Amino acid sequence: MSERNDRLSVFKTYKLYVGGKFPRSESGRVYEVTTRTSAAGTASRDKGKGSWLANAPLSSRKDARDAVVAARKAFGGWSGATAYNRGQILYRIAEMLEGRREQFVREVADAEGLSKSKAAAQVDAAIDRWVWYAGWTDKIAQVLGGANPVAGPYFNLSTPEPTGVVAVLAPQESSFLGLVSVIAPVIATGNTAVVIASENSPLPALSLGEVLATSDLPGGVVNILSGRTGEIAAPLAAHLDVNGIDLAGADAALAKELEIAAAENLKRVLRPGPLDLAADPGTHRMTAFLETKTVWHPTGALGTSGSSY
Amino acid sequence: MTKPFDYAPAPESRGLVDIAPSYGLFIDGEFVESTGEERNKTVSPSTEEVLAEYVQANAEDVDRAVKAARKAFEKWSALPGAERAKYLFRIARIIQERSRELAVLETLDNGKPIKETRDADLPLVAAHFFYYAGWADKLDHAGYGASPRPLGVAGQIIPWNFPLLMLAWKIAPALATGNTVVLKPAETTPLSALFFADICRQAGLPKGVVNIVTGDGRTGTALVQHPGINKVAFTGSTGVGRAIARELAGTDKKLTLELGGKGANIVFDDAPIDQAVEGIVNGIFFNQGQVCCAGSRLLVQESVQEEVLDSLKRRLSTLRLGDPLDKNTDIGAINSAEQLARITALVETGEAEGAERWSAPCELPSSGYWFAPTLFTNVTQAHTVARDEIFGPVLSVLTFRTPDEAVAKANNSQYGLSAGIWTEKGSRILAVASKLRAGVVWANTFNKFDPTSPFGGYKESGFGREGGRHGLEAYLDV
Repeated sequence: MSERNDRLSVFKTYKLYVGGKFPRSESGRVYEVTTRTSAAGTASRDKGKGSWLANAPLSSRKDARDAVVAARKAFGGWSGATAYNRGQILYRIAEMLEGRREQFVREVADAEGLSKSKAAAQVDAAIDRWVWYAGWTDKIAQVLGGANPVAGPYFNLSTPEPTGVVAVLAPQESSFLGLVSVIAPVIATGNTAVVIASENSPLPALSLGEVLATSDLPGGVVNILSGRTGEIAAPLAAHLDVNGIDLAGADAALAKELEIAAAENLKRVLRPGPLDLAADPGTHRMTAFLETKTVWHPTGALGTSGSSY
Repeated sequence: MTKPFDYAPAPESRGLVDIAPSYGLFIDGEFVESTGEERNKTVSPSTEEVLAEYVQANAEDVDRAVKAARKAFEKWSALPGAERAKYLFRIARIIQERSRELAVLETLDNGKPIKETRDADLPLVAAHFFYYAGWADKLDHAGYGASPRPLGVAGQIIPWNFPLLMLAWKIAPALATGNTVVLKPAETTPLSALFFADICRQAGLPKGVVNIVTGDGRTGTALVQHPGINKVAFTGSTGVGRAIARELAGTDKKLTLELGGKGANIVFDDAPIDQAVEGIVNGIFFNQGQVCCAGSRLLVQESVQEEVLDSLKRRLSTLRLGDPLDKNTDIGAINSAEQLARITALVETGEAEGAERWSAPCELPSSGYWFAPTLFTNVTQAHTVARDEIFGPVLSVLTFRTPDEAVAKANNSQYGLSAGIWTEKGSRILAVASKLRAGVVWANTFNKFDPTSPFGGYKESGFGREGGRHGLEAYLDV
């Protein structure tokens, strides 16, 4: 906000990020987003104490389904990209964010009611988190996989592979560091994601879409929706072309409801738990959406002497 | 008069195993009676003879078992890993010592050929305990952080197709990591688990560490719903797995599921046909096809379809179906009347939908549950026999022209447990294997298992891995 200027500033229309494009909600609906207030949306509009920030898209079930289609379409290319390439792109995201640091500091400060310095610490940590996961892309397979000493004339190798399309409910409180901390591990390993931004503080997430779009990340790898978490999450949890769901942003009641829906096609479910954003992220957010494939090969025999020469 | 090259009967001795007329529940280190009255009978699927009576455990019995396991957990988890390891090594050794007895028992109760229980099930059971025994004092080095903690009491539910092997897959990693268990064997095959209780006794395993509750799905439900368990490990149908996943929603109970499959066995035109045919037979007729990772969909390249099918039918005509205790038997009995009815119904659906049925010309014994090795041709991807898990000796044959088509058809399934690739070309193996959405891929072989190798599914075939370092995760608080 720059009311002190003589010049009238240009507002930004915040839009969704789906399939590499920036659509509005197909429903045409928006909801009011205000500064550091816990109230959002029409029902609680009059309770909000903060000042107006934007009219964010209020995504519909159809938006959620469109996002799944985009994520599925992107899965083959992204999961098939080399780990090195994925690492380069994740690192590029960090580079792009660094250049737009001031914008995100302002948005996070508004969204979470933080001082400039505290918001800056959040943004810096989020940038560093992209760097952390950028480095993981070509190491996780070596840490998790390997050759198994089979008792027989066989060679086999176990390797981690991405689960597929993962629905991610971003944490409600930490609008940016929390968001990055749940997206990066999912895509680092080759999954594609449909992300539901923090319901009350979706603007940093929607702006992240603009960064992703300019970081060589193929369209559809990350799709970002704003709106009511419960409304968007329900069709994602029940969607038969979604393979996993991270419930970080769900309260206990919603988490249970979504986990029940997710059982229909046996999605991998990462239950909500304490999210210590200051701690070493570890590997568990990556392993939650990795499969292990074991491929067996006969070793053959070189003749009765064990040698062909 | 026997024809030249016919086999004389060569039955394994039934006298190797002494089955009691009736069994209680194994709770807190001893066999106890149920608080209820209900009892079931387990029969030999090849003769329908009643082998023994056992308890239909009720919720109260399950509660007793969980409490015993909880009580035992404190000491068992505090035991130095090296000591836990020695108990498991003891168990592995005793299984090796008693393996012929257990093989005969398993064949009697399950109906599978003695050749399989003797040469596959039992060696793998002992190996699994031996493998995980060695992990018990090395968990700090397993990649799950320093001193990873056990979960507590594990509720484990296993199927009837590999009763003792599935028990080993469940109990060995659970105990190695310091958990205690309540295990429910399948209602048609409770005996080997009850014999395992005796092995625990011989090994001097502290009481309450392993508890065995028998019964049908109601017992399983009571176990899954019990608030005192920290973990559910289930192997069985996708339908039941789904119900368990719903049941555990919103709880802290950890879950691993090993469910159904509809494995594609892909034969390219450059494959060594004779070897591929052996692999196809092993893939779908091992254990009468009652294998979750069975290669139940044959995808054969069009140019070699005729050659493969001719050779396959010729081979199937030589399979010996009959007395499972006979050492020369290839195809044993179907596990239960219920399963036989399910297979029969699905095969009838296959015929009704227009697929072409061919069954091996073999005589079926007059008593017991039997189904001749069967294959379907003219199968499309929309046919029920190409989509549903039959869990029986029934192969659906589909064709393809290009590797891309083979991959697309193989992946066109709700399941993702296993797949096979037959080709002489190494780069094609790697390319195709990397595109298949399945947890286990066998190239130029099929149905190979090893305790060091993680096993488990993609998609609706379940989640979590059994075997190897990966198998520890299911029982650790990580």
